[in-house]
Amino acid sequence: MSEHTEPVRVIWEEVVPGGAYWSRVIRRGTTLRVTDLEGSRGVALLAYNADNPIERYNAADTTKIQFRIFMSKGSVLYSDMGRVLFSITEDTARYHDTLGGCSNRATNRAKYGEGDYPNARDNFLLALAKRDLGKKDIAPNFNLFAHVVVEADGGLSWKEGASRAGAFIDLRAEMNVLAVLANCPHPLDPSSSYGPGAIRVTVWDSPPPGPEDLCRTGSAEARRGFENTDALFVG
Amino acid sequence: MVATALTGIDPGRIVYDEVLPARKPWAHVVEKGQTLRIVDLGGNQAVDFLVYNAHDYAERYSAPDTIRAQNNIFLTTGSKLYSSDGNVLMRIVADSVGRHDTSGGACSCESNSVRFGLDKKWQHACVENFLTALGWYGLGKRDLVSNINFFMNVPVTPEGSLEIVDGISDPGSTVDLIAETDVLVVISNCPQMNNPCNGYNPTPIRLIVWTDS
Repeated sequence: MSEHTEPVRVIWEEVVPGGAYWSRVIRRGTTLRVTDLEGSRGVALLAYNADNPIERYNAADTTKIQFRIFMSKGSVLYSDMGRVLFSITEDTARYHDTLGGCSNRATNRAKYGEGDYPNARDNFLLALAKRDLGKKDIAPNFNLFAHVVVEADGGLSWKEGASRAGAFIDLRAEMNVLAVLANCPHPLDPSSSYGPGAIRVTVWDSPPPGPEDLCRTGSAEARRGFENTDALFVG
Repeated sequence: MVATALTGIDPGRIVYDEVLPARKPWAHVVEKGQTLRIVDLGGNQAVDFLVYNAHDYAERYSAPDTIRAQNNIFLTTGSKLYSSDGNVLMRIVADSVGRHDTSGGACSCESNSVRFGLDKKWQHACVENFLTALGWYGLGKRDLVSNINFFMNVPVTPEGSLEIVDGISDPGSTVDLIAETDVLVVISNCPQMNNPCNGYNPTPIRLIVWTDS
């Protein structure tokens, strides 16, 4: 927590090995930090309104509302109900992907050959099953520590650098968020050797955003998204 | 009616041919081997499109898998529409436009409120159309994923900026999709009036299905 000038209360911290999944409700008023400990090659994230999981992260709304495919400090992750799930309040990785989706058995087999290589989609299904959610609840996901560029002709290319030891992203929950992480390499990561590194997840108390908050004031769209979100918690 | 609408189709093989008015929902099962043609009658009309395995609705169109499989964010002739389970649901076999969007998603009342003003949430939106059409088949909100926007232009720069700009389809533009398995196609003829995706004027489309035997 050395980046904080004031002491914070850590609620939960643990290390998630490469290939594993992790899920937890991140309550409004707390922040989830995901730290890439040894070069993870990307971490897939799904996010839901924990109080009503039929509301979920919407990749298309997140990009088009902010006119950007990369999310970084100051960006927010929108739900499909015009509300903010997470604000990105700190970020040293700088590039997180909204387009590339998640690995599955077929993409792993194509990259690594036959073998027992955990993939993000199957991890998602296991994590969701424990919450009585399933296949129908998987929408296009968010990818931490992944820099996927769209070239002028529409083609995709992977850029090195976003996933590296020590990089972290802080996701401040603006509602009670069910977060599901699959610590599996991004499907566009070019490496043919399966070796996702460990990540650390840390959850701490964080004060609600004030009127000058960077994410809240980033744009007129952000202000309206926060207004919609705040309305969930009034009265 | 636009003269080019029936080009290349044997009239004897047509099994469905209807005009979908502006702003309306539509759903139809297209059987394996049948081809669906979408005709942009007025030009510059976004057609929001979802597709499901007709025998297992939990298997549905996946924008990320489709983008990745063809290594391009734009869809055109030759693009295969992949499912969340890695199967090809449909394939684009002809396209008079050259690029279609699958990253911009659908407009909703809720996203309209964020994008254009809180008072805009009362306007009709594609998600309302999708929910209406999905309801005809016993499906609902959990069945919504990022969709295709035929005839819509959403360029992305290497620096990561994205915007919705004027469409590039003219009156009579067409896209043909052959079904690789029995599929349920769900369409919202986009009612959006706040950005250039419909030229600020939603217009009808024509939907033609024919069989190859």
